[in-house]
Amino acid sequence: MSAIEGLETAHHHADEHDHHHEAQSFWQKYIFCEDHKVIAKQYLITGILWAVIGITMSVIFRIQLGLPDSNLSWLKPVLGGWISDAGKLDPNFYLALVTMHGTIMVFFVLTAGLSGTFSNFLIPLQIGARDMASGFMNMLSYWFFFLASVIMFASLFLQQGPAAGGWVIYPPLSALPQAHPGSGMGMTLWLASMAFFIVSQLLGGINYITTVINLRTRGMSFDRLPLTIWSFLITAVLGLISFPVLLSSVLLLIFDRHFGTSFYLSDIYINGEALPNVGGSPILFQHLFWFLGHPEVYIVLLPALGITSEVIATNSRKPIFGYRAMIASMLGIAFLAFIVWAHHMFVTGMNPFLGSVFMFLTLIIAVPSAVKGFNYITTLWKGNIVFTPGMLFSIGLVSLFVSGGLTGIILGNSALDIQLHDTYFVVAHFHLVMGAASAFGLFAGVYHWFPKMFGRMMNTTLGQIHFWMTFIGIYLVFIPMHYVGIAGFPRRYYQFTSYDFTHKFMDMNMFISIAAIFTFLAQFIFLWNFFYSIFKGRKSPQNPWRSNTLEWTAPIIPGHGNWEGEIPAVYRWSYDYSKPGAKEDFIPQNIPYSQTPESNFPHENELIAIEKVIESQNFNDQFKTHH
Amino acid sequence: MYIIIALVALVFIVLTGVVISRLQGVLKSINKTDSDEVETSGNKVNGAMFIVILIGGAVSITWSYLHAREFFLPEASSIHGRRTDDLFWFSMGILTIPFILVNFLVFYFAWKYQHKKGHRATFYPENHKLELVWTIIPAIVMALLVFTGWKAWSDITAEAPRDAEVIEITGKQFNWIARYGGVDNNKLGDYNYKLIDAQNEVGIDLSDENSFDDFTNPSEMHIPVGRPVLLKIRARDVLHSVFIPHMRVKMDAVPGMPTKFWFVPDKTTADMRAETGNPKFDYEIACTEVCGQGHFSMKMRLIVDDEATYKKWVSEQATFLSTYPEYLAKVPENLKAKAMKYVPAEAATPAADSSATSAGGAGASSSLR
Repeated sequence: MSAIEGLETAHHHADEHDHHHEAQSFWQKYIFCEDHKVIAKQYLITGILWAVIGITMSVIFRIQLGLPDSNLSWLKPVLGGWISDAGKLDPNFYLALVTMHGTIMVFFVLTAGLSGTFSNFLIPLQIGARDMASGFMNMLSYWFFFLASVIMFASLFLQQGPAAGGWVIYPPLSALPQAHPGSGMGMTLWLASMAFFIVSQLLGGINYITTVINLRTRGMSFDRLPLTIWSFLITAVLGLISFPVLLSSVLLLIFDRHFGTSFYLSDIYINGEALPNVGGSPILFQHLFWFLGHPEVYIVLLPALGITSEVIATNSRKPIFGYRAMIASMLGIAFLAFIVWAHHMFVTGMNPFLGSVFMFLTLIIAVPSAVKGFNYITTLWKGNIVFTPGMLFSIGLVSLFVSGGLTGIILGNSALDIQLHDTYFVVAHFHLVMGAASAFGLFAGVYHWFPKMFGRMMNTTLGQIHFWMTFIGIYLVFIPMHYVGIAGFPRRYYQFTSYDFTHKFMDMNMFISIAAIFTFLAQFIFLWNFFYSIFKGRKSPQNPWRSNTLEWTAPIIPGHGNWEGEIPAVYRWSYDYSKPGAKEDFIPQNIPYSQTPESNFPHENELIAIEKVIESQNFNDQFKTHH
Repeated sequence: MYIIIALVALVFIVLTGVVISRLQGVLKSINKTDSDEVETSGNKVNGAMFIVILIGGAVSITWSYLHAREFFLPEASSIHGRRTDDLFWFSMGILTIPFILVNFLVFYFAWKYQHKKGHRATFYPENHKLELVWTIIPAIVMALLVFTGWKAWSDITAEAPRDAEVIEITGKQFNWIARYGGVDNNKLGDYNYKLIDAQNEVGIDLSDENSFDDFTNPSEMHIPVGRPVLLKIRARDVLHSVFIPHMRVKMDAVPGMPTKFWFVPDKTTADMRAETGNPKFDYEIACTEVCGQGHFSMKMRLIVDDEATYKKWVSEQATFLSTYPEYLAKVPENLKAKAMKYVPAEAATPAADSSATSAGGAGASSSLR
């Protein structure tokens, strides 16, 4: 930073800035980079690679479940000993696949890949900052995530297989290596990887919060922040409060596994031996785990909802309906997210009174969620909708969010959860509402901000085809899965042949598997489109979606520091689309009211007076302050 | 079924074809200069697709539901089960309304308000009245669902009636073991996990006289029809979960923390065989908490008998002590006489003798472990 220290004029700054950039070596520029945009891309690419692995796993176990008679010998070159000589999948490895699919998708794809990518990329660009508050911590955050990824990836190649107790890794199964091969070295690596992952999330989260609070540009008050930034801020707060609890539960589990403590273990007789541990409680782990685990659902979902708000408003050419209600409902969801965790534990033997309390709190979440759903719909109403791929995925998200969220009202009802707990009904529910909906948010974000990331456009038609195949595929997979759940099929079963009551729906399971394979194949359209467009895509114009937010005022490919010259000041909210009287159907945030007298409302005319004040402020340009 | 698969395959092939044909056009247009207008390629087609999906989705969901219905579980065989089932379908019925409404509006608006050249969207940033309405209506509906759910939940989880038939079920990798209070006193004896061994699978503590007539069964559980059954649930090694789908019963089995669940089964196995028309019908107990390799096959047969048959079955069971008379050695001296009653005569004598000669039975018990 010394090269740019103390520079005063914008012009000089830009020149020096470019000079500074060229001096960076390859390592500084692409590997150990402190630029938020590069870190965002690192998160995105890593996330995509993990998604390919995670979804491939789901296809393998869907083949096992839906086409149980198929001969899997063709997978032998990849899976080796996990496929028996008869071409059957090993039951232990089936559990490992289920576990790793969950872990990878929840943490590495939808937490790191979604929040990591877009919080990093959009926070500085949309609030008008040169970079994150601490570029170094931000870099560390990615590399801790990378380390976590390497460890988790390595665990896939262990002789005994990776962790296999379900992504929730309930002890005692996860604590006792003698209980399952996956609870040996695989679980050790899982725990180590998660510990590093949590460190990464905390470093990132502190940065997001600090940046949003401290580095907003002139005039960017909280009530002018785009909803994306609100969602990233709230998500980061959620993560900061809940991830340390997961770390503590992970540490206690490590103690139980390696140092002979009894936090989670009591009265256990296994493999012909009564263990000395007494006094621990497996339920304690579940409380600690779900204290993170439930907010985690919203850590995954809220950024997707934030992205959707932005994309829907832009492409409906309308202001988001109920901006304040949207913020209030996100805050409400975030608050409630911390006091509903035990709805995952209704049938664990927890005190039934506690169950009633958690049922009540859980069902309250439906109210702010409903508000969000209705607000999206009203935003579409009387819009002028452009079906960019980003917009299609956002509309799809609303549909999936509502369809999946409604069954949450069933599962949050403790009396109904007795029968449905740990059946495919739950699997269908959370895949729709948090899995697919968040993935759609990720897709919407990639399609929408790809031009800003790479200076090129992704192909629209391919994006639209990708959307329809994915959208239809997701519903084809998860609607039938509700039926399987209502019929009582338990989850995490290697096969359904052992019981009479699961001796049906063979064709339904086959249908689900084929639909899953279909959806999986559709993702290759996206992969091709994504990687092809990075290099060969059409060059992006300055503001391809004619959007209001600040990132589109930066150069098409922003350099380090994002804006050449002064950071733009902000005079209005980001949703002045189709304002009556305005020349264009959008007015970017950096246009003062004094320039748009034809479209100002009376109370906005009053704001013209304070524009001078806003202009004269210059608090937050990091590159201008002396160290 | 194969028709559906063929259909899906066909859709996929057609879409692939579309992709390839579009791709060529796309590759040609890649270097086109960009205009200032918003790009709206394929807007009409995508708008129309929403209507296609709306209609297609409605038809397929209705059809698939009607098709799937016959494979759902038969009417619940327990009193609380029918209550939760009614509540489930009642809630699902209510939730179908917003499901249809929201998806209809999303898809319909997407189609109706698609981009038109020269048209401008309506600037409509808020309406507090409207927002209040759709905050309050869900809140009222939620209050209704919470109340009905809470009533059912508190009844189901209330203390079991005093006359309940108490049966212990213990989960282990990978089967269930049922233990009954016994042929005579019908009281479960104490247990201790440290007493578990190859024969004494649930750790029956023979220093408690209630345990003398206890008997266990690792493959079948019999319960009487028409009166409350209280399951005392334990786990030996890792978490398990007792799941009786036809009874709508589920409760985790936790090592170190006994749990319980009571219910009133009111259809015998014979009733169900008649009702389902399946002479081989059997109630089953499954495990729903992942517990390792054999998780998917932790099956126990559950037989619901009428009262007389159940009584008869219980009286015919061999107590633990009669199966393994050597455990007599673990019975404290002062209770030996009582315990002898449950030990077959020919086995009792040598066992009693050996323990009497060894020093207080301690030596014998350690050799048994």
